[in-house]
Amino acid sequence: MTPDLVGGLESPDYASHDRAAHEPYAPVFVGDVKLELDELLTRYPTKMAALLPALWIVQRERRWVSEEGMVEVAELLELTPAYVKGVVTFYTMYHQHPVGKYFIQVCTTSPCGICGAEDVVKAFLRHTNAGELGLTSPDGRFTVIEVECLGACGFATPVMVNEEFIESVTPEKVPDLLARLA
Amino acid sequence: MVSLTIEGRTVSVPDGTTILEAAKTAGILIPHYCYHPGLPVAGVCRMCLVEVEKAPKLAPSCATTVAEGQVVHVHSDKSLDARKGVLEMLLINHPLDCPICDQSGECELQDYTYQEGREDSRYREPKRFNPAEDFGGDVIYVPNRCILCTRCVRFMDDVAHDPVLNVSERGDRALIGKFEGKDLTHPWASNVVDLCPVGALLSKDFLNKARAWELDRTASICPNCTQGCNVIMETRENQLVRMRPRPNEHVNAFFMCDWGRLNYRWMNEKSRVEQPMVGRAKALAPTSWEIAITAAARALNGKKVFVVASPMLSNEALFLLTQIMQGGSGAFRVTEGEEAPLAGVKDLALRRERAANVYGAEALGFIKTKDLLGGLKQGDVLVVAGEDLEGIDASAVGRASEVIVIGSVLPEVAKNASVVLPIANFSEEEGTVTNLRGRVQRFTQAKQAPGDTRPSWLVLGDLLGAMGKQSNFFLPSEVFAGLASSNKAFAGLSYDSIGFRGLPLANGSSTGPSAPIAVGAA
Amino acid sequence: MGYPNEPHQRETPVLSRYFGDTEARSLEGWKKRGGYKALEKALGMAPVDIVNVVKESGLRGRGGAGFPTGMKWSFMKPGDGKPHYLCCNADESEPGTFKDRELMRWTPHALVEGCAIGAYAIGAETAYIYIRGEFTEPLYWMEKAVKEAYAAGIIGKNAMGSGKRIDVHVHKGAGAYICGEETALMESLEGRRGNPRIKPPFPAVSGVFGMPTTINNVETLIAAAPILMNGADWYKKMSLSNPKSTGTKLFSVCGNVQRPGTYEVVMGFPFKEFLYDLCGGPPHGRKFKAVIPGGASVPIQTLEEAEATLMDYEGFVAQGSMLGSGGVIVIDDGQSMVSVIARIARFFAHESCAQCTQCREGTAWTTKIMERIRDGEGTVEDLDTLLDIAEQMTGKTICVLSDSCAVPVVSGINKFRGEFEALIQGKRFHPVIAAVA
Repeated sequence: MTPDLVGGLESPDYASHDRAAHEPYAPVFVGDVKLELDELLTRYPTKMAALLPALWIVQRERRWVSEEGMVEVAELLELTPAYVKGVVTFYTMYHQHPVGKYFIQVCTTSPCGICGAEDVVKAFLRHTNAGELGLTSPDGRFTVIEVECLGACGFATPVMVNEEFIESVTPEKVPDLLARLA
Repeated sequence: MVSLTIEGRTVSVPDGTTILEAAKTAGILIPHYCYHPGLPVAGVCRMCLVEVEKAPKLAPSCATTVAEGQVVHVHSDKSLDARKGVLEMLLINHPLDCPICDQSGECELQDYTYQEGREDSRYREPKRFNPAEDFGGDVIYVPNRCILCTRCVRFMDDVAHDPVLNVSERGDRALIGKFEGKDLTHPWASNVVDLCPVGALLSKDFLNKARAWELDRTASICPNCTQGCNVIMETRENQLVRMRPRPNEHVNAFFMCDWGRLNYRWMNEKSRVEQPMVGRAKALAPTSWEIAITAAARALNGKKVFVVASPMLSNEALFLLTQIMQGGSGAFRVTEGEEAPLAGVKDLALRRERAANVYGAEALGFIKTKDLLGGLKQGDVLVVAGEDLEGIDASAVGRASEVIVIGSVLPEVAKNASVVLPIANFSEEEGTVTNLRGRVQRFTQAKQAPGDTRPSWLVLGDLLGAMGKQSNFFLPSEVFAGLASSNKAFAGLSYDSIGFRGLPLANGSSTGPSAPIAVGAA
Repeated sequence: MGYPNEPHQRETPVLSRYFGDTEARSLEGWKKRGGYKALEKALGMAPVDIVNVVKESGLRGRGGAGFPTGMKWSFMKPGDGKPHYLCCNADESEPGTFKDRELMRWTPHALVEGCAIGAYAIGAETAYIYIRGEFTEPLYWMEKAVKEAYAAGIIGKNAMGSGKRIDVHVHKGAGAYICGEETALMESLEGRRGNPRIKPPFPAVSGVFGMPTTINNVETLIAAAPILMNGADWYKKMSLSNPKSTGTKLFSVCGNVQRPGTYEVVMGFPFKEFLYDLCGGPPHGRKFKAVIPGGASVPIQTLEEAEATLMDYEGFVAQGSMLGSGGVIVIDDGQSMVSVIARIARFFAHESCAQCTQCREGTAWTTKIMERIRDGEGTVEDLDTLLDIAEQMTGKTICVLSDSCAVPVVSGINKFRGEFEALIQGKRFHPVIAAVA
C-alpha cells in the first residue's frame, strides 16, 4: 500500500524554494505579503500577537528564518530582535538554518516507538543518503530528523515532509515515498 | 491589614503583600533566587516554596499573597526537602567552578547549598556545556553557571526598557541569549551583574581582580553625578576595586548606572600632593601642617577671598570654605555629559552634571559658571579647593594676589601658589553631599588617604581656627551641625537623623518626589 | 467509528459520525447533516441559559483535565465591560492522542459551530482556534471552513442575522507540546514563548491579552452542539457507570493493537471489552502487557488494572490511572517497559519550557538515568534516585509537565520493577517469544 499523501492539500509550493535560493535575505514583507501581514494584524489587539504568524510567513517565503528575517519582523511588529530570537528558538518548527529541499520529520515518541518508528528513521537515513539525523544529504535534497508526537499515533508511523503530513509509513514504503518526491 | 503566622511569629501586613515579603517583616529570609523586589515576579526558580497549613501544595512565597490566619512553615521538613531538591537540581549541570569563579564568597548558590543542600551529588551523567560569551558592555555571560532565574532578562525588559536579552532554546538546553550585533550597551546594563545570584554574569572590569572575602566594604554615595546613588565602595589593600549599588527607595531603587559604577579609578589616583607645602624663594617646599596652616591663615586674614571649589567637595568642606570668604564669593564648574535615564524607575538617571555635590554647592552660595575665574577680582586671594584648573588660563590666575591650593592635585597654573594643603579625596573621608532633589546623604571613608593628607573638613576647620574664627570641630558631624544651625536649608538635619537613607533639605529646594521611588512605575 | 476502521456496532458515534465522510467537510455538506442548527438555536437563547444546559449535561473538559465545562463557562462574568475571549485548544500533542485531528479534518464546521456557540455563551466576540503547526491538514480544513462560514454570514459582524458579532480566527502553533497547557497557549497566542503562567490569576479573570478568557478543548466545544439540540438529559443518560461522567468520549487507540484508531463510546464502557472486542486485541501471537489509557501523562496500568476498568473519569482513577485525554497507548509483551518509559521521559525533557528548576533539570536527568538503565548501565541506586527526582518534580512547579514526566516513571517502577531490576542486573531485555499463529 503506498503511503497516503493525506488528501485535500494542494501540492507543496516549491516555488518559494527557488525564491529563497535567489534572494535569501531580501525583505519578505513587500507587496502582497505585506498586505497579508496587514490583514493578520487586524485579528489581534496587539502587534506582538502576530509574531508567530509573521514568522510562518518568513519561513514560507524563504524556507527558513534567518537573522535578517527576524530583524525585519521585529521592526514591523515593534519588538526587539533579541525578543524575536527568543521566540524563534522556543518553537521547534522554525528552521534557524537552511535545510534540504525535503525536510523529513519522523515521529519516534513512544506510541510510534513501539510500532517500529526507529526502523522508519533508519530507512529514511539509508535511502536519502543523509547519513545522520539533522544533516542534509550531499545532493541537498533531504534532511531527516526525529520529531516528537505528531498527533497521528493510530497511523504509525506518521512522517512530515515539509508541510505534507503522511500517515502509516513503514520501512518498506520509504523508497517509493522518496521516489515520488521530485 | 492581614494577620498571619510565619515560623511561629505573627505578623500584620497590608493586603496584597506576598508571603516572602511578609516573612521579611518577621526577620525571616525565605531562600530564593528569581525573586527580586526591584523586578516583576517570575516565580520560576521554585526555591521559595513554603508549607502553608491546609493548602494542598507548597506555595511559591514570592508569588502568593497573604491570607488572614495563614500558618506558614519556612523550615518544616517539607519546605526544607523541597529546597534541598531545588538545590540538587541546580547543581547537576553546574560546573565545579568555585575555585575560579568571581562570585565565590558572595554566591547565593554557595550560601544556600552550604546552609541546606546536599553534601554530595547523585548526578552521574555528563554535564551540559556552553562556551562563555561576551555580552558587550562590561558583561560576560558564563552559561554553564546560569540557573535561569531570568533576573537579567526581566531587568532589561521591565526596568531598562531595552529587551536585548532573551531566554533561548527550551528545557535543559535553555540559556540566556542576545541577538548577534545587539550588545548589552545600555547605560544601566551592568546591574545584571549585581542581580545575577551566581557567577553566570560577571563584570569584565572586576574579573579575577579580588576575592569577595578579601574586600572591605563601606557605605557611600556615588560621586560621579548629581543623582547621588547609594553605593557600597569595596576596597582591597587600600585600593578601590569595585562600587556596587546600595538600595535606597528614595534615590536609586536597587541600581546604579555603568558610568558611575566603573568610574572609581580616579579615587585611586597616585600622583597627588601628599605633603603640605609653602612657597619659599619662588618654589614650593614641603613643610609641616602647623607652618602651612599658619601661612595660609596669614595670607587670608583680612583679605577678600575668591573661592574656586570642586562640586565633588562635601557639604562640610564647602560650608567651611564659605566661612573663609570674608565678603568674597565662590564659584564652581562641572563637567557635563548625556543624561541616561533608567526608564523603568521614576526619576532615576545618570545626570548631565557629573559631580556629587553640585546642589550642595549651590545651596551654600557657590555660583555655577563656565567662566570659572570670572568672579576673581584683581588683588583677591584665590583659594583653589579641589579644582584641577584644567584649561584655565594662567593669566586669569595671575589676577590673584595670592593663591592657596587646598586639594589633592597641584594645578599647573597654580604652581606659584603660596600654600598647598593636601586633602583626602571623596573615598578617603567622611561627609555629606546633596543630590539634585535636595537629598542630603552621608558618605563614609572607604580607604586611607596617602602620606600626610587630611580630611578636607579637618584642614579647613584648622584653617578657620588659625584665622581666629570659631572652630571647635573634631568630627565631621560637628561641622555638619554648624552648617545646620547657620543655614536655613539644612536646618534640623543631623548625621543621626540622616542615617544611611538620607533626608531632604528643609526649605523645599527639593523639587522631586519625596515619596519612595516605585520601580516599574515609569 | 474506530476510524480508520469500520465503525463497531458497540460504538456510539455522536461526534465521530462523519469521520471518513468527505462531504461533511463542506458548508453545504455540513448543513445537510444538520449543521449550524445548534448555533441558530443558541443565538436565540440567552447566554446564561446555554451555560445552564451545558452545566446540567455534565459535560467535562475533554482535553485531559475533566473540569466541568458549564462551570468553567459560568466563570466569565457578563457585563464587566471587558472583551471576553474564547480559545479553542487544538494543540493536541499528548502522545497517544489524535482525536482532535480527526474532528478537525472530518468535521471542521462542527468546530466552527462549537466555537461560535461557546463564544456566544461566554460573552466573547472573538474566538481563536490554536492549532498545532504540524496539523497541516486540520489547518487547511479549518481555515477553509472559517472562510466559508464568514462568506455565508454564519459568523462575522452579524452572526446568522442575530446582530451579535462572532469572529473566529485560526492561529497556527509552531511546535511546542507545552502550548497545550492553557496558560502557555495564551502566552503563545500573544506572541511569546509558551511559558505557563502562575495561577492565580485564572484565565477567566485575566487571560489572553489580560482579558477574561475561557480555553476549551476541541472535543468539548464540538459536544456543545448536540447537547443543545438533544438536551442535557439526553447527554446525561449516556453514562454506564458513574453519574459524574456523562456523554460519549473519543478514545484514540494506538500502539500494539490490531485496530488502532479513534473510537467513540459511552462513558463507563468496560475497558476489557473495548480492548479485545472493539480494538481487536493484541497483534498476532502477542499478549497485552500494559496500557497507558489517557496519554503519556497518566499512570501506566497493568493489564490486570486495565481489564477491570470502566472507561470514565472515576473508573480509571479507581484502577490506578486517569482518563486524561483518552489517548490509549497499548503495550504488548514484545516491548521493554524501560524503553517505553525512557522514550516518554525524553519527550518531556524535549518539551519542557525551562522555567521551573525541577522540570528543566529533572526531566533531562530522569531521561539520562532511564536511558542508562535501558542500555544496561543502570545501578540499584538509580531506582531510588529516579523516585526521589520524581517526588521533587511533583506538585512543585508552575504547570504539571513536570508531574507528567514523573508519573510514568513512578508507575513504571512500582508496577514493572522486575524489568528495571533485570536490566540493572545485566540481563538484556528479551521480548516474550511471539506465539506462532
